[in-house]
Amino acid sequence: MTDVAAILEPVRGVRRAKDLAFRSFLWVCVGLALTALGVITVYVVAKGFSALSVNFFTKEPTAPSHPQDGGILQSFIGTGIIVGIAALIAIPLGLLTAVYLAEYGKGRLASAIRLVSEVLLSTPSIVAGAFIWALVVVAFGNFSALAGALALVVLMWPIVARATEEVLRLVPQELREGSYALGVPRWKTIMRIVVPTAGAGILTAVMLAVARALGETAPLLLTSLGNDHVNTNPMRPMDAVPLRVYADARTPVEALHNIAWGGAIVLLATVLLLSIGARVLSARQQKRLA
Amino acid sequence: MRKVEAVDLNAWFGSNQALHGINLTAAPGSVTAIIGPSGCGKSTLIRCLNRMHEEVRGARVEGKVLFDGVDIYGDGVDPAAVRRKIGMVFQRANPFPTMSILDNAVAGLRLGDGRMPRAEVRERGERALRAAGLWDEVKDRLDQPGGRLSGGQQQRLCIARALAVEPEVLLLDEPASALDPVSTLRIEQLVGELKERYTIVIVTHNMQQAARVSDWTLFMLFGEVVEFGPTTKIFTTPDDQRTDDYVTGRFG
Repeated sequence: MTDVAAILEPVRGVRRAKDLAFRSFLWVCVGLALTALGVITVYVVAKGFSALSVNFFTKEPTAPSHPQDGGILQSFIGTGIIVGIAALIAIPLGLLTAVYLAEYGKGRLASAIRLVSEVLLSTPSIVAGAFIWALVVVAFGNFSALAGALALVVLMWPIVARATEEVLRLVPQELREGSYALGVPRWKTIMRIVVPTAGAGILTAVMLAVARALGETAPLLLTSLGNDHVNTNPMRPMDAVPLRVYADARTPVEALHNIAWGGAIVLLATVLLLSIGARVLSARQQKRLA
Repeated sequence: MRKVEAVDLNAWFGSNQALHGINLTAAPGSVTAIIGPSGCGKSTLIRCLNRMHEEVRGARVEGKVLFDGVDIYGDGVDPAAVRRKIGMVFQRANPFPTMSILDNAVAGLRLGDGRMPRAEVRERGERALRAAGLWDEVKDRLDQPGGRLSGGQQQRLCIARALAVEPEVLLLDEPASALDPVSTLRIEQLVGELKERYTIVIVTHNMQQAARVSDWTLFMLFGEVVEFGPTTKIFTTPDDQRTDDYVTGRFG
């Protein structure tokens, strides 16, 4: 009886104090993280909001005498094309790698692939750029959007592969067995049961990779170079939003700084939307598998 | 008449031998129960009967399992083809979460080789759901997710899914052990109905269940067969003292 009473007794004294201390510590950490995010967002919006005009989205840069009338249309188009090409290559490649690692991979080859993707994940992105510069730009003799896209592939592929592998592993073994027991072959089980079950998680992985690629500047500097005009030929140098932000921020012209901040807002908003989308989808996935 | 026959069957997980020289026969139109304490190899044995055992990493089988006299472990036999003839239902209901009730029922047909007209798929889905005694409960919500059904309904959906492929043998691995008594009764009745048309092998740790539903009983201990015979004999006048001890509840 006394034991039961002791359990029901409210927690007091040292234990209560410890609980409070840790709880406060965690709240402070969360607060710090949110403050940093908030300050960055507010600062970028405050600095760049005035740049967001119709011209900003629909015009190329104008003459240096009146830069505020121009826009960065060529950067938006370029980012779309470069990230698009990169996604077209990196997503299927990453998915195939993930399926191999999660469903078939054992032994040396699998460990080797895992090691390579881990190393690539933590490789500085400028190295990816330098690598593609040496491999593609030097070989073709000119900078190009294609080279930029390939540099982004080097960054996106391991993100898609590793994150997708994780969600494929979360699919219960029972579902695979249920399918095998119906006489469904292995590859069909993977394509029609395992991958759809992990669907939202895979989409999350893809969105995170795209969000990462959108903001990358360093790999593009050495590959796609940049361009003041709209270019849709992937074999020629092409502009991208982060490249434009970098280029404009380096000039001494106040109006161009403003445009750079504007580009930063667009990047931030796009990445934020993609991340929120990814969170919503993965929450839905958790609910379905529960 | 023998539909399924295991001959001197041995099975391993890595270096750990789980089955030792098992012999078992299952006749058409009958229910064969495999009983024994936890860890005795019941599930391993039933999973060897349609080549599911080898899906576990490091698992290995030696010996023969004859289906209509043909060794399913013979050279060039496709495990997928074996499983279409020898279906299986697992301990925990595992409907496919991305699929509706109807799609779950016909999953084996849709994912099988060869295309089938939509109308025929639906018709066979309905037939399977009726055979599993689920049709009346789900006919108005066939396009809802299968995972929304109750546990007992999900298990019957899994039975329907197995039946839709039109196997000749049905393996049930403790199909009711995660269900409430009413759902369990429902499954047991179903087994009684289905045995007219299928050869059924059922693993159960519930001796009353074995006594109720089966015609033949195989009692296992430590990966070996202790006794195999007509269910009434096993439960009333077994030859082996250990069988007697187990079925009368003196151990296990």
